[in-house]
Amino acid sequence: MNILGLILFLLIAGGVAWAAERVNPNAPRWVGLIAFIAAGAYVANAWAGGYAYANQYIEWIPRFGIHVILSMDGLSLMLTALTLFLGAVAVVSSWTETKRRTGFFQFNVLWVMAGVVGVFTALDLFLFFFFWEVMLIPMYFLIAIWGHENKAFAAMKFFLFTQISGLLMLFAILALVYFNYANTGSITFNYNDLLGAELAPDVAFYLMLGFFVAFVVKLPGVPFHTWLPDAHTQAPTAGSVILAGILLKTGAYGLIRFVIPLFPDASAQFANWAMFLGALSILYGGYMAYSQSDFKRLVAYSSVAHMGFVLLGAFAFVDAGGAAGMNPLGMQGAVVTMIAHGFSTAALFMMAGALQERLHTREMSNMGGLWMRAPRMGVMTMFFVVASVGMPGLGNFIGEFLVLLGAFQANVPLTVAAALGVVVAAVYGLVLLQRAFQGEPNPDVPAMRDFGLREMTVMTLMMAALIWIGVYPQPLLDLSAPVIETLWIAP
Amino acid sequence: MTGADLQALAPHLVLIGGTLALLLAISFVRSHVLALAVTLATLVATLFALPASNAAGARVIDGFLAIDAYANFFNALFVIAAIASALLGYRYLERRITLAHREEFYVLLLTATLGAMAMASATHFAAFVLGLEVLSISLYAMIAYPEEGQAPLEAALKYLVLSGVASTTQLFGMALAYAATGSMAFEAAFSASSLLAVAGQAMILAGVAFKLSLVPFHMWTPDVYQGAPAPVTGFVATVSKGAVVALLLRYVVETGALGAAPLVLGVVIIAVVSMVVGNLLALLQDNLKRILAYSSIAHIGYLLIAVVLAASISGAPMALETGMVYLAGYFLMTLAAFGVMTVLSSEAGGEDAERLEAYEGLFWQRPLLAATLSAAALSLAGIPLTIGFIAKFYLFAAGAEGELWTLVWALVIGSAIGVYYYLRIIFTMTKTPAAEDEGEAREAAPAAERAGAWEAAAVVVALGAGIVVFGIYPTPIIDIARAAAQAFGG
Repeated sequence: MNILGLILFLLIAGGVAWAAERVNPNAPRWVGLIAFIAAGAYVANAWAGGYAYANQYIEWIPRFGIHVILSMDGLSLMLTALTLFLGAVAVVSSWTETKRRTGFFQFNVLWVMAGVVGVFTALDLFLFFFFWEVMLIPMYFLIAIWGHENKAFAAMKFFLFTQISGLLMLFAILALVYFNYANTGSITFNYNDLLGAELAPDVAFYLMLGFFVAFVVKLPGVPFHTWLPDAHTQAPTAGSVILAGILLKTGAYGLIRFVIPLFPDASAQFANWAMFLGALSILYGGYMAYSQSDFKRLVAYSSVAHMGFVLLGAFAFVDAGGAAGMNPLGMQGAVVTMIAHGFSTAALFMMAGALQERLHTREMSNMGGLWMRAPRMGVMTMFFVVASVGMPGLGNFIGEFLVLLGAFQANVPLTVAAALGVVVAAVYGLVLLQRAFQGEPNPDVPAMRDFGLREMTVMTLMMAALIWIGVYPQPLLDLSAPVIETLWIAP
Repeated sequence: MTGADLQALAPHLVLIGGTLALLLAISFVRSHVLALAVTLATLVATLFALPASNAAGARVIDGFLAIDAYANFFNALFVIAAIASALLGYRYLERRITLAHREEFYVLLLTATLGAMAMASATHFAAFVLGLEVLSISLYAMIAYPEEGQAPLEAALKYLVLSGVASTTQLFGMALAYAATGSMAFEAAFSASSLLAVAGQAMILAGVAFKLSLVPFHMWTPDVYQGAPAPVTGFVATVSKGAVVALLLRYVVETGALGAAPLVLGVVIIAVVSMVVGNLLALLQDNLKRILAYSSIAHIGYLLIAVVLAASISGAPMALETGMVYLAGYFLMTLAAFGVMTVLSSEAGGEDAERLEAYEGLFWQRPLLAATLSAAALSLAGIPLTIGFIAKFYLFAAGAEGELWTLVWALVIGSAIGVYYYLRIIFTMTKTPAAEDEGEAREAAPAAERAGAWEAAAVVVALGAGIVVFGIYPTPIIDIARAAAQAFGG
């Protein structure tokens, strides 16, 4: 599988979409949609054919031992597939919402996704950082240009948070490379070469923190989450879908792929704090979600809570013969949560966007009884709310259950606290459904269009995915298990 | 002086010859196009003379000028900047200067470039002063060139007076150094054991810090940037600072002038303060020229990481390489930013397009110009895909190599603050001006009015492309810089 080709394809499609606006304002949307479907089909075909595992190695900046190393294993594969699927969802979700400058809009959507695919496949730390930042700029544009009333502030906050934490990561990357150079005499940014870098324990700890902060800001975990409600609320629907569905996963992916394998001992040492932050995110995110009156803000805070599970599961180190060992259950739970959350939250943000487009408000007090007016939207909201709160039989449940199972082996009190989060989730989830869709129909609500074929198709696909993960998660687990094992080859 | 020396000096000789030819041409025919043509021909010929000069090998001419790959790297940058400034300046002068004396501008441009080239090669105090003054005196006149309005005159006068003070400080420092060591050549001009020499170095470094507008010697910068005409500001920001950096790095490596601990401490403090203060003050500005002025203060502050690294013998090659790559990036992005400003200023009457409001909606009216300015801003902020990231990456690497963690932290903090105002420039361009309606907007700017500045627009877009291309594939620049740094001094 040609990963570089895939990334370039998305980048070029972005250029084509921008240019296509001159032909017809509608053309860029089709370009975006077709590009994502084509790329998705390419990846799916490779997946089904069993030859998706790929590795590309090209010299880039020999002066610093920097290479273009793109590699696709099970974890990268499922995240890439999710990325391309949600890319198509993002295009569809803002099909009618974005009326101005559609070309540049689709350009940005395609470029974010190209950056994200790069992040999920890069195995050279320089290249990884490169893509990490590349996906930022188009996202900034998406919020700053097509966002809602307070877009300038939200876009700036988003950019500053990620950029500043990114600088910390860059610092940590360079320090890691430098210390490895001091030990081995060769400069390399190759992930596989750096895995075994010998570092003094305190140095390793600080470097681990540099990476950790960058990824937890993106995740986001409390206390670094404050950019997220603003960014999500102000972003256009496609932006929210991309942010929640994909961009948050890059943080989780970074923790799993880089922090823990590169600094296993330091991570184990820090594990209880990380799990504490995870549990705190679950409870605090849930509590904040419950207190919101803004549909989108509620969903945004619920993302904080869900990503808390990822943090909890990833750092649930267990005792393995005297030394800290990674916990496959917790890790697999984290991976499944990432995927399931991608679908459920993307769907809810799409719903929020659809409501805002129809009602010009996100305030739930201005809604009420919408089920009567738009039953299809009601059913869909119910499904995804129920999925999101962790109903057995749907994807999120599998993820959260595995995380809790794994975390229980590591730290009982924190697991108990996190499990309470599931209850909180049920509360805010049902509150959302009740305030917006049930109760007395609000007389001020104008007549509104229900979901059409376009929206229903996308929603049904995401529904199917969640049910599939919920009922038969084995393929996902099989795909991630070998990766998780190789991540933990203790040096 | 041998034939090989002459060959090494070929770029300088071509440039001097071209300058004389231009003076003669002006005295016979007053034609703006002709002056531009002669200037461009001279500069291009100088550029082509550089490989010939390199082929002569590294030569020190009478202990005065060292013509080596290091100097020629900077010479190439200066000449390219001069070409860009000439092309950018043409339409600007055509539209903004009403009297018929536009041609002398190019003479000043060529002499300024010559001065900068001398500085990049200087290995002796006399060459140092000579180069610096040739450059500075040309710049005074260039800054004051527009005959209308007070701002350019005020800026030039301010620059003249303050620069004069800095030069005298520097000369006094040189006198002290000479008194202590008995030598004016760089390699023997410092002795860490002599208090007189240390004091002399401190004064020389203060003068250099003024030219580089490092805090606390930065007061003149925003006013001069603002008062000078846009194409000249771009030239001042790049060539005049680049020449001083080139000289400073060579000076530090050859004299070991930072061998005394108090001097290193002083440079570190100046670097940290410049990074932080420059970025903080830039936050408060609404004028693009002033933003870029403060941003340049911060950028040269970052660059001092290389200067501090150059103080150690083992770090010297990396320091020189970092300096070269960083300045190459800095030249591209700064020229691109001022280039966009010049193109817009050449079209409008009145003051230069320097207020941020002038850029509102630029993304929708002039996508190419806006994309270039965005690339320049992102590059200045050090975001990947741009040469600015590679440059900043080099500084990180240099800092790690010298274990200069304080400076690296300051670089992180400074860059973090900087992101805000660079993004603000981009955000301003994406705004939709309130008064204007979609659809009409594209046709709003009359095509005839802006049809003229195509050569300037081409330069700007080329610079923007350079920022991105070298940001993605920096290896050509790195290879040249690395070879020059390795060959340096031996």
